[in-house]
Amino acid sequence: MKMSKMKTEDEVAAAVSAASGPLAVRGGGTRSVGRPVVSEVLDVSGLSGVTLYEPGALTLVAQAGTPVAEIEKTLAAENQRLAFEPYDLTGLLGTSGASTIGGVVATNASGPRRIMAGAARDFALGVRFVDGAGQIIKNGGRVMKNVTGYDLVKLMCGSWGTLGVLTEVSLKVLPGVEAVTTLVIDGLEPAHAVDAMSRALASPFEVSGAAWIDGQVWLRLEGFESSVAYRAGELKNLLSAFGDINETDADWRTVRDAIPLYGAEAVWRISVKPSDGPAVIGALPSGCDAMMDWGGGLIWAGVSDGDIAATHADVQATVAGLGGHATLIKGPEAVRTVVPVFQPEAPGVAALSASLRQRFDPRGILNPGLMAA
Amino acid sequence: MEMPVPDSAVLARKARVVARLRDVLPSDAVIDDPTETRAYECDALTAYRCPPMVAVLPSTTSEVSDVLRICHDEGVPVVPRGSGTSLAGGALPTADCVILGVARMSDVLETDYDNRIIRVQTGRTNLSVTGAVEADGFFYAPDPSSQLACAIAGNIAMNSGGAHCLKYGVTTNNLMGVTLVQMDGTVVEIGGAHLDAGGLDLLGVICGSEGQLGVVTEATLRILHKPEGARPVLMGFDSAEVAGACVADIIKAGVLPVAIEFMDKMLIEVCEDFAKADYPMCGALLIVEVEGSDAEIDAQLALITDIAKRHNPVALRESASADESARIWAGRKAAFSAIGRISDYMCLDGTIPVSELPYVLRRIGEMSEKYGLPVGNVFHAGDGNMHPLICYDANKPGDLELCEEFGAEVLKLCVEVGGCLTGEHGVGIEKRDLMTHQYAPADLEAQMAVKDVFDATWLLNPAKVFPLAVSEPRRGAALAAE
Repeated sequence: MKMSKMKTEDEVAAAVSAASGPLAVRGGGTRSVGRPVVSEVLDVSGLSGVTLYEPGALTLVAQAGTPVAEIEKTLAAENQRLAFEPYDLTGLLGTSGASTIGGVVATNASGPRRIMAGAARDFALGVRFVDGAGQIIKNGGRVMKNVTGYDLVKLMCGSWGTLGVLTEVSLKVLPGVEAVTTLVIDGLEPAHAVDAMSRALASPFEVSGAAWIDGQVWLRLEGFESSVAYRAGELKNLLSAFGDINETDADWRTVRDAIPLYGAEAVWRISVKPSDGPAVIGALPSGCDAMMDWGGGLIWAGVSDGDIAATHADVQATVAGLGGHATLIKGPEAVRTVVPVFQPEAPGVAALSASLRQRFDPRGILNPGLMAA
Repeated sequence: MEMPVPDSAVLARKARVVARLRDVLPSDAVIDDPTETRAYECDALTAYRCPPMVAVLPSTTSEVSDVLRICHDEGVPVVPRGSGTSLAGGALPTADCVILGVARMSDVLETDYDNRIIRVQTGRTNLSVTGAVEADGFFYAPDPSSQLACAIAGNIAMNSGGAHCLKYGVTTNNLMGVTLVQMDGTVVEIGGAHLDAGGLDLLGVICGSEGQLGVVTEATLRILHKPEGARPVLMGFDSAEVAGACVADIIKAGVLPVAIEFMDKMLIEVCEDFAKADYPMCGALLIVEVEGSDAEIDAQLALITDIAKRHNPVALRESASADESARIWAGRKAAFSAIGRISDYMCLDGTIPVSELPYVLRRIGEMSEKYGLPVGNVFHAGDGNMHPLICYDANKPGDLELCEEFGAEVLKLCVEVGGCLTGEHGVGIEKRDLMTHQYAPADLEAQMAVKDVFDATWLLNPAKVFPLAVSEPRRGAALAAE
């Protein structure tokens, strides 16, 4: 397969403009998700580096191919961070390479803190990208409040490279924290667990992570030392009816990256209303492993045997009935080639999305079919 | 501000359009008497007025769909209207348009505390969304100054912000789903009670599209439990530079207040005179508010006042009671009324990188001298969203034009230093013709392509957001296709 390594935005524009067939847009190559794109690889990992960082303004601008690790290191030096806690799929998918900030934005990759702080989309302030005709387009900027024209930044977030090739992103960042603790409640079934998490999330105590993993509920509190201690005490009182509550220094990467599911052959990432989480888990075939994040609103489910395509159809049907979406984030290529990897949309929404792709990529050459056939 | 020439062919069809609208709406929901349509002639950008051809007040999504289908058939432009509080002319009619007001759609459809959401019809006012849940301890976070009057529909159209968005985000960060009616009457459900889009984030581009992509009739909003308490501290400094440096140090220290508000000397004096808030007379004033339990507030404010002290404040007053908190906020919240009492004014809302604050304030001062128009500055300092208030005399010929020229120069400066034309009010007609200073032709083309997809005939609020010359071929094509 041909691979073109880009170093500048102009090179990306020229390559897209000259392309005669489909292009698979690639940053670090860590996200082999979606319907496989058979095509030339457009590698943008060479567009790398933080171009502006103003800690006092909570803003950072970086070229799209900048490794997330490099950005996190730069931020940590000023005690700041990417608050949406982007996940890393290398372990789950068995990919190598370094996750890039462009990949994070393009896939709206957000972790456990999404419930409190917001998603990648909420922290993306501006983008530069090359559309399917090879034109360079900018939208948004590097200030926190901006309603000047349409918000194409949000449209690019989660478009998986199907509307344009990101070349630069600007992000809002937030201060790091002095202290973190995790409250753990053992032995809760999904419905009971979601009850406990809902109680915590509907409190004033600013829970920054609420997950259910191996029968345990994890509730994370972050902030200044004394504040964390105070809120931990209040939450223990509030949730005392759910069982014994212990404090731990849990590693939230376990939840963020779905580590318990690393061995599964197929993995779904499912977003529903939190109170529907238990119903989604209940509808999974036996042999499925599941965990919940976002207070029950995000389910990671994995399976290693049975008819994966059939299970996939069942999962998406269940979610369609409840409202939400299920993505086959990991699965055998043979399955991903024949099933809708992303949740099929209602006809009106699908028509709008298809028209948008047609307008931004008239020749249909950017990751064609990755999200929808 | 130029508006398109009304389409005489549309005006000639008025009687038929009105009759068709009366077929699908209750008779009191179709307003075509010129004395009554005058009520819709402007929004809060009162310098520009034009009564619409017809105003309609549907009560349901299905009525909105009927109205839009008919207008689509008849080639009539539609201007959606929430409560008409836009400062940018977002709801300014044209003489050949139908104003579609959502005021009759104000029901709460569902509250769900377990899932932390509320579903409302979008004619509901911002404050009454909080009103519906506050007895149970919850609130809806975005809080534009006009929150008593402004409708959720307009908040979504303009992606409204507010004083507390430093911590809680603006409308787009708190909006989870919408029922959208497209210009041809098609109803689509986008998003819902779950987080984030499974496919393209259509919700993200609908929010802030100034009513040009569709009419949002219902919305699912995120609600939060109220904090245990909140307390402001008032700080006075010799100069805007010092206040700006203090803001940067607070943010760098890892504290994230819910609000950091800034007022300059002129605004301090005007607001003090009006609201008797007991403000210190000085070069610049900051109001910093933090939230939490009493002990948490004490700890955060201790840190913040320590930082402030390093900047030699001329005044530093932590609120000691609810009364005092209210008084500290009273002056700031009355800023627009206070200045409105002494002069006509135009309120800008460009955003700049916080680091550029001293430079931009100095340049605005120089421009004020040059134009001979006084200007006061009040703004959301944590996020760089400025609100220069330029005073002029509406009765003095040429003064409005002078003021607009001054405003345009300020907004160009905002873009020049890395900021943008509008942080929370929207483009509307007010900043429409400045869009080419922020965006290149290809950038605007990409935005207009989105409108093409949602509203192929460019009938929804067509004369806004994009410079008329830029949108003309599209609007012209729509007319020619009739």
